[in-house]
Amino acid sequence: MIVGVSTSDYPNLPDMSEQQVHAQAAERALADAGLEFADLDGYATTGFFPMFAVGMCEYFGIRPHYVDETNWGGASFEVLVEHAATAVEAGVCDNVLVTYGSVQLSAMGRKLGTGGGTGAPVGPAAFDQLWGNTLVGSYALAAERHMFEFGTTSEQLAEVAVTMRAHAATNPMAQYRDPITVDDVLSSRMIADPLHMLDCCVISDGGGACVVTTEERARDLQKPPIYILGAAHAMTHHMGISQMPELTVTAAAQSGPLAFRRAGIRPADVDTLQVYDSFTITVVLSLEDLGFCAKGEGGAFVEGGRLRFDGELPTNTDGGGLSACHPGMRGMFLIVEAVRQLRGESVNQIPDPKIAVAHGTGGMLSTGATLVLATEAP
Amino acid sequence: MTDSRKEPKPRPAPVADAESEPYWKAVNEGRLIVQRCTVCGAHQLYPRWRCLRCRGQVEWVEVTGGGTVYSFTVIRQNFSRSFRHLIPYVVALVDLDEGPRVMTNVVGIEPDDVRIGMRVRVRFEAVSEEASIPLFEPEPAAG
Repeated sequence: MIVGVSTSDYPNLPDMSEQQVHAQAAERALADAGLEFADLDGYATTGFFPMFAVGMCEYFGIRPHYVDETNWGGASFEVLVEHAATAVEAGVCDNVLVTYGSVQLSAMGRKLGTGGGTGAPVGPAAFDQLWGNTLVGSYALAAERHMFEFGTTSEQLAEVAVTMRAHAATNPMAQYRDPITVDDVLSSRMIADPLHMLDCCVISDGGGACVVTTEERARDLQKPPIYILGAAHAMTHHMGISQMPELTVTAAAQSGPLAFRRAGIRPADVDTLQVYDSFTITVVLSLEDLGFCAKGEGGAFVEGGRLRFDGELPTNTDGGGLSACHPGMRGMFLIVEAVRQLRGESVNQIPDPKIAVAHGTGGMLSTGATLVLATEAP
Repeated sequence: MTDSRKEPKPRPAPVADAESEPYWKAVNEGRLIVQRCTVCGAHQLYPRWRCLRCRGQVEWVEVTGGGTVYSFTVIRQNFSRSFRHLIPYVVALVDLDEGPRVMTNVVGIEPDDVRIGMRVRVRFEAVSEEASIPLFEPEPAAG
């Protein structure tokens, strides 16, 4: 179960290193749990270079016997928590710290924007990398196809961005807090048709951490423990969108139903959803694939304030990656906000939620990972 | 004085490896080839060790070069010096008539006129002295 969570400071950390962001988040999550570094026998994180988790163990001065650095892109942290829960349940380790940190905004500047080269165009990668496609472009290809197949509109996609901004308004740390309208989204600069600037996530510095521990240990810690009812992850392709079997069906169609089955719940049981919102289309696709609505109905589903904190499915109540913070691999923030909702600590608290879902997406719509969290044991 | 950081760079060129070399060599000769399964006849790209459908052995075969736009986007922001002078340009996924889906640019048409389902045909563009890449343009009307 999860007994401690925190974000680091965000969204702009010009005076911090990547490691310091991990450390700040770790310190706060451990304090939130009432645990110390000395209690840890497990650690998990992931970064862009191999053996990153080993490097962070060294940085922290810990020598855990359980270490995981599975890289599932932006969905990595849902997978790391799934693995940690499995390891704890199997008795491999007792207390696992999971951290994330990034200073991509300060280190690389805002021009990172549309994403770019991902190494030399050799091997399979060459078949996607030579035509000037961008990160935004890959998601735009999916959005265009979704519009073609299902009649989804730019106005419907804009609803997602408007809702996230409304949530960000009450999050004092959020990168953008001024309210926006559907018209604001539609009149913002086109980046890659049909995605406008305000259909795209912000670019931030920041990080987060959580602590997974045993049921026995959780009993005498200070905060009410959050149960991990079920989890699953899946992938459809690597970094080249040409290899995605169908642009309108993501890995969530596999990870969602599996996680829900393992948790023994249905989508209708979910009180709040914290979902990856790298782009507005990411949310629409995830809602459909997780089963909150039928395939093709995601556009209509997000209308009418359904995703607002006072709506039918309160979603991304911290303002999401579209407005609050997106440091590159946002998955950890979804877990932190899901736990905060279940504890009654959110900046947009919904009344008495029992079940929260965190669903991450990584790569170029490549990977998905779903965590079902709850206030009570199954 | 010109700012060299703003000057366009050539488009990136493919780097062939042992498995993709026949493909890039063919493209450089103006031929589009894909893998075909010697057992079930399925076509695939990029090249793999075995057929993705039945795990059968594969061979290279030339394709017609015709295809249909599966999806597209118009890139209006890209800070890469290899591409920003081409903005706005069309990035598309094209379903070859034989089956495989390929990443490409649709050229020879106003970006705003590209549509999903549009018929397109391959053409080849040199990106260096040793390498070319396949692009697609609207197929001339039949007849």
